[in-house]
Amino acid sequence: MSRDAGLDRPREVDPASPREPDPRLDPLILERESRLLATTWADPKGFFGWFSHVDHKSIGRRFIATAFVYFTFGGILAAIMRLQLSRPENHIVTADLYNQIFTMHGTTMMFLFAVPVMLALGVYFVPLMIGARAIAFPRLVAFGYWMFLFAGIFLYAFFLLNVGPDNGWFSYPPLAGPEYGAGKRADIWAQLITFTETSGLVVAVALITTVFKLRAPGMALNRIPIFVWAMLVVSFMTVFSMPAVVIASTGLILDRLVGTHFYNYAEGGDSLLFQHMFWFFGHPEVYIIFLPAQGMMSTMLATFSRRPVFGYLAIVLSIVSTAFIGFGVWVHHMFATGLPQLGQSFFTASSIMIVVPTGVQFFCWIATLWTGRLRFPVPMLYALSFFVVFLVGGLTGVMLAAVPLDLQVHDTFFVVAHFHYVLIGGSVFPLLGAIHYWFPKLTGRMLSERIGVAALALFFVGFNLTFFPQHILGLMGMPRRIYTYQPETGWGGLNLLVSIGAGVMTIGLLIYLYNIIVSLRRGAAAADNPWDASTLEWATSSPPPAYNFLPALTVSGRDPLWEHPESQPVVVGLHAEQRDVLVTHVMDAEPDHRKVFPEPSIWPFITAVTVSVMYIATLFTPWGLIWGSIPITIALIGWAWPRGRGKKPSELDADIRAGRVRPLEQVQ
Amino acid sequence: MNRAVLDVSELPDFAFHHRNIVWWGTMGMIVIEGTMFAMLIVAYLYLKGRSPHWPPGHFPPMLLWGTVNTLILLASTVPNHLTKRAAEHLDLRKVRLWMTIALGFGVAFNIVRIFEFKSLNVWFDENAYGSVVWTLLGFHTAHIITDFVDSCVLLALLFIGPIEESHFVDVAENSMYWYFVVLSWIPIYAVIYIAPRVS
Repeated sequence: MSRDAGLDRPREVDPASPREPDPRLDPLILERESRLLATTWADPKGFFGWFSHVDHKSIGRRFIATAFVYFTFGGILAAIMRLQLSRPENHIVTADLYNQIFTMHGTTMMFLFAVPVMLALGVYFVPLMIGARAIAFPRLVAFGYWMFLFAGIFLYAFFLLNVGPDNGWFSYPPLAGPEYGAGKRADIWAQLITFTETSGLVVAVALITTVFKLRAPGMALNRIPIFVWAMLVVSFMTVFSMPAVVIASTGLILDRLVGTHFYNYAEGGDSLLFQHMFWFFGHPEVYIIFLPAQGMMSTMLATFSRRPVFGYLAIVLSIVSTAFIGFGVWVHHMFATGLPQLGQSFFTASSIMIVVPTGVQFFCWIATLWTGRLRFPVPMLYALSFFVVFLVGGLTGVMLAAVPLDLQVHDTFFVVAHFHYVLIGGSVFPLLGAIHYWFPKLTGRMLSERIGVAALALFFVGFNLTFFPQHILGLMGMPRRIYTYQPETGWGGLNLLVSIGAGVMTIGLLIYLYNIIVSLRRGAAAADNPWDASTLEWATSSPPPAYNFLPALTVSGRDPLWEHPESQPVVVGLHAEQRDVLVTHVMDAEPDHRKVFPEPSIWPFITAVTVSVMYIATLFTPWGLIWGSIPITIALIGWAWPRGRGKKPSELDADIRAGRVRPLEQVQ
Repeated sequence: MNRAVLDVSELPDFAFHHRNIVWWGTMGMIVIEGTMFAMLIVAYLYLKGRSPHWPPGHFPPMLLWGTVNTLILLASTVPNHLTKRAAEHLDLRKVRLWMTIALGFGVAFNIVRIFEFKSLNVWFDENAYGSVVWTLLGFHTAHIITDFVDSCVLLALLFIGPIEESHFVDVAENSMYWYFVVLSWIPIYAVIYIAPRVS
């Protein structure tokens, strides 16, 4: 590597070589440095300071909390639906309100909870797990959070005004098009997509950059924790899939607002085009939700089996191949649209093929359990529940991949049961376990085990009572998205059972929430590494300081905290009086250069406000796009304008010419 | 603490190209927007495949202005390249010079773009063909305008300050983004101007 010539780059680290103790590691010096770092990396205080945070832990905590608030909203809507369907000819809500409620429920759970909460956990934990001092592009991540917050406020404000979307969470034209979807409701849905995709895309780019460029020295790509691999892969999936829904929803909103004809048959358009583009995003989205949960499974199972997860390479390759195959199965959502048979066969095959990498992971986990020394705290119990629940969802998935069966149960409760088993079983169970697992790091307190077991037991029983009978209801012919049904159908008994199950599940979740509230106040104080886990987030205090690690760490294996961490070299030479972050090489994470990270700023918040104003204004007039972009431009200039640091151009030029700016290695 | 240390105090403060995280951010933008362009092109070809006549009852777009603009865009890569190289050599004066010239190309391009819209021979709300052509051209124009405004702000900074060494990285990445805008135009040009003529 010729470009390294001339730089005294410390690349090889030999822990065995005898050395003089470095004076910079003197406890007193470190103590002083930690105080200085705490000031340097602190987020501003006070009311206005609150809008300027850029610390990935602060943003991550807000992100997670906000996603769970939206989860609660979605859950309340589900409870209303279950009340409505608990007996035939019920009239708690009208058909019109019911349409809004099931649309809001699906939209909330997919766009405001499942995807964001996974990215949010990535924002909090990825930098910690790779030993970084910060997340890449912290202001962009803050902007992403504000867009996400405003997305939910926007959606629910219009819902409360009786303008909630009512065409289902995938809002197909022509039902959602200008001919049948009068009013603003479908516009609200399309614009919500714009909000959430803005948020998701910027966070995905920040996560990719963080994983590739900010890892602790020595953390080569083959030593990244599996959860971080999962987040990396889903960030790439986000980047490649979300543009499809951008174009799909833009086409819809243009058709509705300015009279284009993308989905209008009469003028050469095609509403199936919407379905293709929506599901080209929509199916990868399922894996965007599911792969991080798999990463959590690998993380928790390794910790509670007291051994590295079995088959690291096989699991990573499974995650990657799931991502690739996940882009080739979207048409199985469209089997009922009368596509050519060859196409259907192809997508049946690919949909069955995607089971293989998931199966590989399943067997790796079983091998981990088989050969481990097991412990059974609550997070482990969630992980074990996943096996049961997700297996059921996975099996019905294989069934639905077959066209004849899919056609038979299309748009029935069988499908509803299937995807709740996959999404709740595959994602929410690991997620709730992971919150249990990481709660000590997030808050410095342990969750109560006793209450945790009670919550899990009720949630598990309630979940299966709610969703298992829905398979049968679906086979009996009960369609999804109906607001009521006649007594003669004979669906009443099972529906009552389902609604009782939903009640039990709700009680379980309320107890979970109670556990969090009580433990935040009175929970036992958490040690740095209460589970004796192996990954780097446990190498710092609980909760971590603003600067994450002192001294900054290096690693030489996949499970750094199980591999003699005390003999591992540490990083010195990062300035404490400015936000220095060590940037490393992509493949082997060799140190490359130090970069000064941005200070807290209120401009991401202001920019998010101006963007939201523009998004909402365009719903009412196309001119909103033109006039709305002016404040956005001003806000972005305010964001980019350097403050505090920097010189006059003439001074900088003089410095460069005099050689006072450090000579750079030129890019070849 | 008698531990081995990895001393990073002698490492440089900034770096160009893929060593800098700004490159990764810009690349992320490029991949996202490139995928959007690809999706629009897919939409165009999908609609084309469904239609018995293409363009449906119109003349294809006039070749003149689109071709002129293609040449302007291709020519703009020269000052763009020189801007990037000057930035990588931390040569402030040359950066200012070539960036100003590159912006001149941007102005010319945007003016010709108005004539391009006029020579499409279809209005966006006439039919699906008009919708997709206008969206494709409009989407690319949005990128040109965004990069143009972005470059103006950066150039103003380079003249009045305050600036740091890292602004040279920003200039280099801005140039890279311009390459994307130019390169993505070539398939879009082919779709808008050539596809209607070869059906």
